[in-house]
Amino acid sequence: MDSNFEALGAALPRILDGVWITLQLTVGGALLAMLIAVTLGLLARQENILVRGFARAIIEFFRGTSLVVQLFWFFFVLPQLGVELDAMFVGILALGLNYGAYAAEVVRGSINSVPQGQWEATTALSMTSAQRMRRVIFPQAWALMIPSLSNLLIHLLKGTAIVSFITMADLTFRVDQLRIDTDTFFAYTVGLIIYFVLAYILTLVMNMLEVQAKHRLGRGESLREALSLRSPDTGVDAGEGARS
Amino acid sequence: MNDIWNWELAWEALPTLLVGFFTVTLLVTVVSTAIAAILGLVIAIARRSAPKPIAAVIRFVIDFIRMTPIVVQLLFAYYAFTNIDPLTIGIAVFGIHYSTYMAEVYRAGIESVPKGQWEATTALSMSRRRTWVAVIIPQAVRATVPALGNYAISMFKDTPFLLSIGVVEMVQAGLVFGGNHFKYIEAITLAGIIFLLASYPTSLLICRLEKRLAFRN
Repeated sequence: MDSNFEALGAALPRILDGVWITLQLTVGGALLAMLIAVTLGLLARQENILVRGFARAIIEFFRGTSLVVQLFWFFFVLPQLGVELDAMFVGILALGLNYGAYAAEVVRGSINSVPQGQWEATTALSMTSAQRMRRVIFPQAWALMIPSLSNLLIHLLKGTAIVSFITMADLTFRVDQLRIDTDTFFAYTVGLIIYFVLAYILTLVMNMLEVQAKHRLGRGESLREALSLRSPDTGVDAGEGARS
Repeated sequence: MNDIWNWELAWEALPTLLVGFFTVTLLVTVVSTAIAAILGLVIAIARRSAPKPIAAVIRFVIDFIRMTPIVVQLLFAYYAFTNIDPLTIGIAVFGIHYSTYMAEVYRAGIESVPKGQWEATTALSMSRRRTWVAVIIPQAVRATVPALGNYAISMFKDTPFLLSIGVVEMVQAGLVFGGNHFKYIEAITLAGIIFLLASYPTSLLICRLEKRLAFRN
């Protein structure tokens, strides 16, 4: 067992390099996915059937054709068509397009779930459609979509493990290397724990975003209140609960 | 145009892809979905009936499996059980991974069964077994069918992950074909189209089923 930890210690810098690559892919993929999701989500709600049809086709195409196929298409096919792309760029592109298509449905659904009265109020205030979306509808939809986006972000993090197929030295690749010097069980347990911790941190960040988004809408406590160690002042109810 | 897309090569690649599709991709999807559907239910029931500390352990294990990549789990199982053939390992890992998702769906289904139903089984002094089999499960499971279908589609599109443990499913078959012919576009594009042709109609079907179930309730 000691030799396992010695090997882990020796491999630590390389494993951290792998974590760094995985994080770059996750964050880069998530940012691209969000950009695509908001664009396609808004286009998919347009009344113009051509615009809507275009957005729907893109969404269904990238949802339906499997992440690995997309990754391989960008990595193996594009160079043969004369387009050479960096592996990191290919990874971010495939992850961003695939999860962006899934997230576009979340964005669309959340915008549609903002209560009708809010839309009517913006008309009553004669806001332009851009003002309406930016100042009234989207902030509310944002609070609604965070839980689903949080799930997708975890999926995206897990999805990054496939970039080892396109020669990238991500965390999965480094764990596979570690296995040579340690026993299988040890190496993969370490790998799974690192992924789990990363996923857990991402979930916490998303929960913080949700608290913040709700606070901005005047619901719930602020992020600072939520993070403070003292038990939050919840008024009479908590006192009664403590007494009973 | 001809040097970008070669129809003859595409025609030649198709049988290879379809063999991979039917012997691995579809097989894994169907068998693993069945495993996930049954194991998920077992987990959901265990979590509800087990004493609190055990339920907490089950919850942690489920979260752990759910929040870590299936590729790493595949590799782990592949190297840990060298005596079992990779396809079987793939089926088991996919089944177990997705059962953790299904367990959550069933949990919500079980919680949606009205409290009165539980009370009625007590009033009729039904055994625990009969309570679950005759009363709770039939009501809890019906609404979960669309979710099961969606996870089956999601698993279907995840099957190329199997190439990490050397199982030649459709995409890997396409990759090998492309490598042999020094041309990837036909085989990989076709693989994508086959995925789309299989998953899109299925998802429309599930959407309709969902609406029908919602309407009946």
